[in-house]
Amino acid sequence: MSKNGIAVYCKGVTKTYITGATRVLAIRGVDLDVRIGELLMLVGPSGCGKTTLISVIAGILDHDEGECLVFEQNVRAMGQTQKTRYRGANIGFVFQAYNLIPTLSVMENVAVPLLILGKSRAEAHARAKEVLGLVDLADKLQVLPSQLSGGQQQRVAIARALVHRPRLIVCDEPTSALDADTGRLVMEVLRQTALSEDRSLIIVTHDNRIFNFADRIARMDDGRIVLVEPQVAHQ
Amino acid sequence: MYRIAVKMLVNDRGKYLGIIMGLTFASLLITQQSSIFTGLMTRTYGGITDLSQPDIWVMDPKVLFIDDVKPLQDMELFRVRGVEGVEWAVPLYKGLLKARLDDGNFQICNVLGLDDATLIGGPPQMIQGSLSDLRQQDAIIVNDVGARTRLAKRPKEPGGKPIPLQIGDTLEINDRRAVVVGVCKVSRTFQSQPVIYTTYSRATVFAPRERKLLSFVLVKARQGEDLKALCDRIKQTTGLAAYTAQEFKDLTYNYFMKYTGIPINFGIAVALGFIIGTAIAGQTFYNFTLENLRYFGTLKAMGATNGILLRMILLQALMVGALGYGLGVGGASLFGYLFGATELSFRLTRELLYVSAGAIMIIVIFSALISIHKVMRLEPAIVFKA
Repeated sequence: MSKNGIAVYCKGVTKTYITGATRVLAIRGVDLDVRIGELLMLVGPSGCGKTTLISVIAGILDHDEGECLVFEQNVRAMGQTQKTRYRGANIGFVFQAYNLIPTLSVMENVAVPLLILGKSRAEAHARAKEVLGLVDLADKLQVLPSQLSGGQQQRVAIARALVHRPRLIVCDEPTSALDADTGRLVMEVLRQTALSEDRSLIIVTHDNRIFNFADRIARMDDGRIVLVEPQVAHQ
Repeated sequence: MYRIAVKMLVNDRGKYLGIIMGLTFASLLITQQSSIFTGLMTRTYGGITDLSQPDIWVMDPKVLFIDDVKPLQDMELFRVRGVEGVEWAVPLYKGLLKARLDDGNFQICNVLGLDDATLIGGPPQMIQGSLSDLRQQDAIIVNDVGARTRLAKRPKEPGGKPIPLQIGDTLEINDRRAVVVGVCKVSRTFQSQPVIYTTYSRATVFAPRERKLLSFVLVKARQGEDLKALCDRIKQTTGLAAYTAQEFKDLTYNYFMKYTGIPINFGIAVALGFIIGTAIAGQTFYNFTLENLRYFGTLKAMGATNGILLRMILLQALMVGALGYGLGVGGASLFGYLFGATELSFRLTRELLYVSAGAIMIIVIFSALISIHKVMRLEPAIVFKA
């Protein structure tokens, strides 16, 4: 698919959660393409299956039926360890609650993905410094996350998602905990630093203040993609 | 990643100190109580340890431990001497006799009567005087702790320190005059009574009149003689019980283990230390993991395999385990050092260090296993929950 410029290819993807006797069909037959170099926003009401879909795309959850290829790789077919390693090498994450390890400094937090990939500490820290410079936090290397504002913490999270040069970055509600101005700033940073010709971004959000940062918007409802529309501002 | 594991643990000061304290407490209690137990049990056979010369102890077959004296007739000594393979055999009197102190009080003392000719069975270390001074009239040698404490003379002024018994001082043992001619150092006895050495014949004068007064026959085997075989020969020839020194120690040790509540009481204290340590350290470590579950999930989402997370948790557990163990054992050693010269029995052996280390290892592995189980089952999708 990547030969055709497609980063993520989903066809008829379904996922059901089973808790005891309860079955919840979270996504039902999703068809979706994410192009290389584009920023796709996945929007929709709470509980419509957005987070489940990006979990499937990121190889965190296995879907039940259908096909989901990420850079031509069928992640579901991989073993658990292989899948984890694939995730570590190819996917970056930005979380709503940042998920920065509170006992590590900003630089150490950013270096974590590289350390997981087996890079040396010196190498990881050097690259972390470089990426923190991109998100304008070069002066906060030794600071603990708790000493930063929400917007700064999210920029650290963006740096962490970028540090190992993944081909796909998945963001879950990156601005929902931030005020409008900070949210806009974070999105600007994301677009400027994370998006590139060989990297795609999928952002799950229901924050309509940031929709104009998207290349395309996929609207979900009740576990289905109901509409995929280009965002004019970036066409 | 190991550095991150250490930082995650160490920088969470409250939990880190909580876990260390739990493990330190467990290690301290396990080591200290086991050391006191060992010290106490060592005292039960201290009287055997102090007599290094004889190879074999001969006694009444019904004797259960060293203080369970069942006297023999004096003629038994000659029967033992007649057994093939015996180099020499000497009598030993051992009994609890009342000594009257200069203030009129009475004190039960552990009196040992040594062979008049050879003085075999004497104290391992003399502090004042010499063993041969026992040949003087009415002579006795007292142990230093007894001389300083229970046998000490009244202070010169009211409220002052008691005056230790010294050479030349006298006591009355069973209405007989006894003159201190020396002070020795011996292993502390189980009941902590003062130890008095004298000759066998004088001890039998001190002792109340009885038909039988010979407590033990101490035997030296001929060079090259098999001790077990000689014991068997003595048993067959005399009908008495004969044990090597080690066997007699074991007999005494096993008696106290079997018939007294000491092992149970100490066992309970050690078990409590283990259980409380496990509860505190295990619970705090588990809480630490629970609080960091989101971050373990994040690491997992970012590509950390279960193997990496397992090693991180194990490192954290081993680190707190090593620190807690070190501090606990250090505390127990300090306790032993500070109170070693008192009535307290304390004997910290290498084996006890291993036992304590094993116990702490079990606690940390148990704590780590609960946490590992939680992290292994962790769905990385947790990271998407706000």
